[in-house]
Parts: sequence; structure tokens; C-alpha cells
Amino acid sequence: MKGAFKSLSIAMAKGYVRDKTTLFFAFVFPLMFLVIFGLLFRDVGSEKIKLGAFGDGQVITVLEQTGIVDVQHFDTLDAGVAKVRDGDLPGLVEATGDKVVLRFAASDQSQAGTVQGLVSGVTQQLNVQASGQPPKYDFSAQQVEDTSLKPIQYLTPGILSWGIAITAVFGAALIMVSWRRKQVLRRLRLSPVGAGTVLGSRLAVTISVAVLQAVIFIAVAMLPVFGLTLSGTWWLAIPVFLMGVLAFFSIGMLVGAFAKTEEAATGMANIVVMPMAFLSGTFFPIDLAPKWLQAVSKVFPLRHMNDGITDFLVRGKGAEALLLPCGVLLGFTVVISVIAAKVFRWEDS
Amino acid sequence: MTSAAIVVEDIHKSYGDLHAVDGVSFTVGHGEFFGILGPNGAGKTTALEIVEGLREPDRGSVRLLDENPFPRNVSLLPRIGVQLQASAFFEKLTAREQLETFASLYGIGAARAREMLDLVGLTDKADTREDKLSGGQRQRLSIACALVHDPDVVFLDEPTAALDPQARRNLWDVLRAIQARGKTIVYTTHYLDEAEILCDRVAIMDRGRILALDTPAALVRGLDAPARITLDRGALTTADAAALPGADEVSEDDQALTFVTRTPAPLLTALAERGVLDGLQVRTATLEDVFLQLTGREYRA
Repeated sequence: MKGAFKSLSIAMAKGYVRDKTTLFFAFVFPLMFLVIFGLLFRDVGSEKIKLGAFGDGQVITVLEQTGIVDVQHFDTLDAGVAKVRDGDLPGLVEATGDKVVLRFAASDQSQAGTVQGLVSGVTQQLNVQASGQPPKYDFSAQQVEDTSLKPIQYLTPGILSWGIAITAVFGAALIMVSWRRKQVLRRLRLSPVGAGTVLGSRLAVTISVAVLQAVIFIAVAMLPVFGLTLSGTWWLAIPVFLMGVLAFFSIGMLVGAFAKTEEAATGMANIVVMPMAFLSGTFFPIDLAPKWLQAVSKVFPLRHMNDGITDFLVRGKGAEALLLPCGVLLGFTVVISVIAAKVFRWEDS
Repeated sequence: MTSAAIVVEDIHKSYGDLHAVDGVSFTVGHGEFFGILGPNGAGKTTALEIVEGLREPDRGSVRLLDENPFPRNVSLLPRIGVQLQASAFFEKLTAREQLETFASLYGIGAARAREMLDLVGLTDKADTREDKLSGGQRQRLSIACALVHDPDVVFLDEPTAALDPQARRNLWDVLRAIQARGKTIVYTTHYLDEAEILCDRVAIMDRGRILALDTPAALVRGLDAPARITLDRGALTTADAAALPGADEVSEDDQALTFVTRTPAPLLTALAERGVLDGLQVRTATLEDVFLQLTGREYRA
């Protein structure tokens, strides 16, 4: 039934294109978020290291001159130490006369390491200068890769994955409920077309819409205003993307099997997608979240889709990194699809 | 091909305590226009859905074009057409696109869609989206969708419900045209007058059972009900009227003089000879009277 597949796909595509609301939610809505967050966070990421200071030694002056440290002066040593103890500051430099003491909080080891390295580096540099000898070893640092992503680099995969998730879940769920209620499913059941053809054509439309969404979305993100740069292995994000569409389509089918009305389907789809969006790094990098939350977010397919797309679109990882996100998304799709097929109903009642 | 398009034997279907269909049997011949009548909740739709193969009967058997309709019988499906509720369309597609899409499900080309639009009188609405059509137009489009693959047996569930009188009559023409193409039509309605006009045979259903099954004329004749002839009041005195041949009963109210007669012919002749036909109305029994007699209660659709 190739003709049936084609004409059903065309019929659904026409219905899609002619529906202004779905077009808005598929194409404009996620872009709105990209624009808002993209502009909002444009300058974040160059955040300075905070450091407390007591005294007026030269070390402190030089630290301030580096431009990477936000130095906060204290009138008494105790006030500064208290701040460090409370975890508000990673460390406090006491510099009076020739003495330089760094007090740091060991609770955050990476921060502690950073401030120690920084302060001792500056101190040694001053020591060399004070000796009047030229330095024996010439040191210079060169950056090889950008490990700390600029906001647009994580916002783009995040919001894109989320937009695709919405399209796939809502697309599948709403069409199923509406077709059941309006007896379109009954009509299809009474025609010689198989359920696979109907499902396949719907999936084809969803994938086409998702591809279009992704292209437009990435094109906008690459505009100079936002400044997304694609990595060399960006094309490896395509399989992750497709697996993601499948996973969310299957979730939509499950929602559509349970929901009796379009309103219920919308609510259920929101309940599924919204928490996932917040906990999967759509709007902020999940690395900033507490460890336990990061662990929880691993059960969400959106997290893996997001991670997978980020890995290839902007981090430039190799093909071996495909295994985890694709495997998880595929497994998710299989399990959810089996459940959806079991609870599927042609008719209400 | 056997003589019958549909053979239903003693089907039952219950939902909990409700016996929606409680022992229904009937046979529909090829090319016949068969009506299932009854008030809402009589079990018409459930019976129809069992015959179409959408539901499995608890008991009993159905043969549709010599095949079992349940479970979903893919070889049978192209031979039957089922009209569904008037909203069963793809979103935002025009009338023509709906028909073309449904035709393609059966591997039929787009030319057929035009033919169907013509049949149901929607040619000028071909490019109108389904949600912009009127109730009657949607109903006709829905029927066209059921016919697009040229099925042998057509099922129509309340096709004229909720239509204005003009739209109903337009639809009758469509239904007659379908029958003229040699199709077997099974339809349900709660309009008894309509069934009387359209159907070759009718089954009167109430509370899950068939109470009577015959041609409308035979059912009415079987009632052996007298005819009622009314004239304008004052055309005759009641005494003169009662003396006429065939006048079994005579009564008069504010407006009319009414005869009840089992032999209307001599009575009408006598009235004509006297030239007193002002306001003449002759009312014979209808299917509603049949329903009244069968159930002992007034018919309320």
C-alpha cells in the first residue's frame, strides 16, 4: 500500500501546514526561547573567580590587575575568614608586608586548587621580579579547546531537543486522540490499510517537521547575533536527533492511547515534557545542577538527546560517543512503543 | 454469490446489565434498501456495528457477503462502505482532498473523487475545507467517503439526523441514486416517515429486539387500521355524514368533521358525488401507528 502511505502523509502534512497553532508551537515558540535566552546569557560564562583580601600587599594589587579575579576587600581578617568558612568565598588572601597567607575552604576542592595555584603563581612571579634575575624558564599558556561552552553552544542543542520533543509528543498524542474522537481511526480501520501504514505516515510527517525545525533553528542560532559555531562532527548529531524523534513519538503514542480528550492529552503531554525540559539541560547546563539531580535526569530521554546532540553539534566528539545516547533512546523507544501498542484503542468505551 | 448480502442470526451484545442487542436476526438481499428503525437507544447502532465487523457479538453469527466480518477482515473491507459521523474527516482538508485521500486507501485514483462529489451534489464545494461545510454538506461528504471505493454494501447510520427538511430531501435523492447503482443499503434512522418512503423492507427495533420486519406497506396493512377522512366543519351535518356508505364513525370538533372508515373508496365516491370535498384529508395508518401498536407506547424519536 505505497499509494496509501504517500497520500496519508500528504494529507497529514497539509493538515499540519494549514494549522496556524501547531505551526507556531513547532517553529516560533522554540525560537522565541532561543532568542530570549540567547540574548539574555550572551555575556555569561566569562565569570570571574572571587577571592577575599585582607591587607594591602603587592600580591593583592597584582591579583586585581590580572582581570580574572574579583577581589573583595575586608577590614578585619576574621570577617573575611568567616566568609570563606560559610562557603561564600573560595579563599582569602592575607597580604601584609612580606607575608602572604592563603586561607581556603577545602569543601570545594577544584575551587581551592584554582585559588591556590593562582595566588602561589602570582607570589612566585613577584619573587622572581624581586630577585632582579631574568626568569630561567619561559612559560606561556595556549588554549587548545573550549571546554567551557558559551551559552549559545549549550542553549541551541537544549532548546532544539526540547522543541523536537514537543513536536513529536504533541503531534502523536493529539492526532491520535482527535482521530479516535472524530472516528477517523474507525474509518481507517474499516479501510484495508494496515495500522503500520497509518503510523508510518504519521511518523514520516513528524520527522519531516522535526528536520525542518532543526534546520531553521540552527540557522538562526548561527546568526552573528547569537554566534553558534558547529563542530567538525556535527553531522553525527543526526542519528541522535532521529532516535530522539522516535523516542518522543512513542511517548506521544502512549499519551494518545490513554487520553480521552485533546485537553487531557495536552495536559498529560505537558506533564511529561515540562519537568524533563527543566531537568535535562534545556535552559541551563545540567552540570550546574546538584549531583543527585544530575543522576535523576539520566532517566529522561531528553537528557540523552540533549547530551548526544551537544556532544556532536558543538563538542566535536567522535563516532564512539554515539553509542550511549542512541542506545538509551532506542531502548526507550522500544519499551514505550510496546506499552503503547498494548494499551492502544481504536475506539473509546 | 448467494441470494443474501447479509445474514444475521440471533446476535446478542451486552454492556454490563444492558442488553444492547438481545437476539436479533435478519437477512438482507442484494440490492435491497433495508432500514433498521427505532428510537434512540433501541440498539440499532450496536447491531449495525456488529454487522460491519467493528464489534464482536457475545453470541450469534453474521455473514456479510459470505464472509465473517469479525475480526477485521481485510479482504471484505473494500466491498463494504460505512458512513461515519459527519466529523470523521482529516483536519483542514478540502472536500476533494478528503475523497482523494480515502480513495487512495483503496488504491483508487483521484478521478473517482470528482464523480463522488457530483453524486452527492458537492461539486461546487470541492475546494471548501471540511470545517467550512454546513451540516448537510458534511453529511453528504461523509456518504461520498463511504462510497468512494464503489462498495457492494453500504451502511449508513442515521444519515439524515440533525438535518433541516430541505437537506433531508436532498439526501433522499442521493440515497435513491445509490440504490439505483445496484448497491445494497442498510441504514438506521429514527424517522419512521422517512423509512416508509425509502426502504424496501424495515426492521422495527426497540430495547435490543426486532419487533417486526417486513415491507412498510405490509406492516401498515398488518395493522388493519381504519383510515381517517377529514373535511372542513360544516360541509355536512353529522347526521347526513353518518348515513353515507362506509362511514363507520363520525365525529366533529371546532374545525373538522372526521370519518373513521375501513372502506374509504365508497365513502370518498359518495363525498365527491355530493361535491363536499373542501379541506379533504385522507390519513391512513403509518409506521408510527405500527410502532404504537407493537410497543403500546407513543413513538418518540
